Amino acid sequence: MSILVDKETRLLVQGITGGEGSFHTRRCVKYGTNVVAGVTPNKGGADLDGIPVFNTVERAVAETGADTSIIFVPAPFAADAILEAADARIKLIVCITEGIPTLDMVMVSSHLKQKGARLIGPNCPGVLSAGKCKVGIMSGDIFLEGNVGVVSRSGTLTYEAVNQLTELGIGQSTCVGLGGDPIIGTVFVDALELFEQDPQTEAVVLIGEIGGNQEQRAAEFIKSKMSKPVIAFVAGSSAPPGRRMGHAGAIITGSSGRAQEKIAALSEAGATIAMSPAEVGITTRKVLASRS
Amino acid sequence: MKAHEYQAKELLAEYGVPIPAGGVAKTASEAREIAAGLKGQIVVKAQVHAGGRGKAGGIKIVSTPDEAEQAARDMLGSMLVTHQTSPEGVPVNAVLVAVAADIEKELYLGIVIDGVAGLPVIMASESGGMDIEEVASKSPEKILKAYVYPGVGVRPYLARQLAFDLNLNKEQVKSATELISNLYKLFEAKDCSLAEINPLAVTTDGRLIAVDAKLNFDDNALFRQRDVEELRDVQQEDALEVEAKSKGIENYIKLDGEVGCLVNGAGLAMAALDLLKQVGGNAANFLDIGTINDPDRVVQAIGIINSDPDVKVILVNIFGGMARTDVIAQGLVAASKQMEIKVPVVVRLAGTNVDEGNRILEESGLSLIRAHSFKEAAQKAVEAVQKSN
Repeated sequence: MSILVDKETRLLVQGITGGEGSFHTRRCVKYGTNVVAGVTPNKGGADLDGIPVFNTVERAVAETGADTSIIFVPAPFAADAILEAADARIKLIVCITEGIPTLDMVMVSSHLKQKGARLIGPNCPGVLSAGKCKVGIMSGDIFLEGNVGVVSRSGTLTYEAVNQLTELGIGQSTCVGLGGDPIIGTVFVDALELFEQDPQTEAVVLIGEIGGNQEQRAAEFIKSKMSKPVIAFVAGSSAPPGRRMGHAGAIITGSSGRAQEKIAALSEAGATIAMSPAEVGITTRKVLASRS
Repeated sequence: MKAHEYQAKELLAEYGVPIPAGGVAKTASEAREIAAGLKGQIVVKAQVHAGGRGKAGGIKIVSTPDEAEQAARDMLGSMLVTHQTSPEGVPVNAVLVAVAADIEKELYLGIVIDGVAGLPVIMASESGGMDIEEVASKSPEKILKAYVYPGVGVRPYLARQLAFDLNLNKEQVKSATELISNLYKLFEAKDCSLAEINPLAVTTDGRLIAVDAKLNFDDNALFRQRDVEELRDVQQEDALEVEAKSKGIENYIKLDGEVGCLVNGAGLAMAALDLLKQVGGNAANFLDIGTINDPDRVVQAIGIINSDPDVKVILVNIFGGMARTDVIAQGLVAASKQMEIKVPVVVRLAGTNVDEGNRILEESGLSLIRAHSFKEAAQKAVEAVQKSN
């Protein structure tokens, strides 16, 4: 087992013929992902290394049975691409694109709720189940198959954490990059819920950062619903204050946006805190050792 | 992106939100002319991208055109220092000259995106004015909230509900309902990230008027908001940050330490600041190079860090995903050919195409301090600063 993606995943790539789209499609294939189709409007009939390209997601799904989509479409058109995937009954949509206007995402996230599709991202590195399937842009060779779930708001910081785990011989079940935008499809609580139910996952590494209050919501979930240990790091303790959005921003999050508040909430909920970004690996090793 | 108060008010007026009569002046004599056309008490307000102007001397109430001219002369060309600015302050290049409203009561009205709900939220309060943040933290029940659903928008009932809960009289409820709906139209049409009227004044003669206003815009949407982009005032921003932006580096923030940082990804860049502090150093900047795979972007980023006199060492920490480490390495080699880098450079590469990246750096013959891990890179950077002192 693992969460979200595995050997059964049938992946569709939206924007497959673009520079980033084709580069990362090939790397997903190399990792072992079953890429069944690509979509680029007006490029239908072409192929990428034998992967058929279609004009529409609807047609790609009908012909290939794709059930998961990864999106590399440029920001002005990305919201449209997400809606197209949802309308074609794709159940898991992973949007890599960064720079999507926030009001586009307001409209998209409201529509996805009605369609019952799950969105990961946007502005995220994607999802990888170690040794099984990569639906993302992370470098596959830093992962090692194992029993630790990883969930993070930051792409590169996820790689850093995974790398530390792998160097210590601690393997991962699935690694989920949620994305750093104000509105994202899947949040910490959703990922924790999936990891809690996944038999392969024995512990979860959670990597948060300043801003918003998703870490506090994760803390509430950990306290009330999680039986598995959680190791947490929150980036931004030394970020300068004063980069703020006027009164309304402060009113929405209050002081909950600060790293100290998030660390306190997670710690109080029973998570083990890695105080340094360089200590995520060794903190996890200690937690796992204390359980066996 | 931020706009000035006068720009925000011009947009509000365009969308039917009442604002005090007045105009913007770039010279003292213009301020005098505007004041001469206004009745009653007049307010002269420094136009800067920072709050806390009142306490910093950036807002003056005057009675005559002569006094308005003098107040404008004092402000224009000066640097205004408030609790929200750097110690150097921000330049005052324009003043707003307007009728000072006779205020009976100060309300608050703001619209922002609530990321958790994934929806815009309208917030309103009877306790508006300077202490709204304190009200929000100590008595959150005094902040009314209404979520706006896409496709539904602000229907009359929603605006009316807020207006009635603000305890306004019949006439005021009517104008508040219209005002709330118009502010949301502006928020949506211009891709705002914040639209705030504080205070929204109830005047002694019972009218509602936007006495101060703030509009911030979603940077991601500027590609479809060309007229908004024209409101940008680069003089209100840090010079190095503006230069970075003009070279395509969106995420550069000048800080006060000595380690110039070039990192990919906002999370890792933030973690670099944390880690540097933990090993006894301080970052001179936050820089997220982003994911555009263009060696020239790396050259530009190194150029900006290199031009910062505070920088005593450059720390390059790249964990490639979308960003490819071979492209970063090409950029570093190109930068060293195009400019003189006077400080030591610590490089740690990992992730996408790392073997190729390392090969390029080794074959370049550049004298770089290499590190294998994130922590080792931070430690070596701090050691280099200590050696240079």
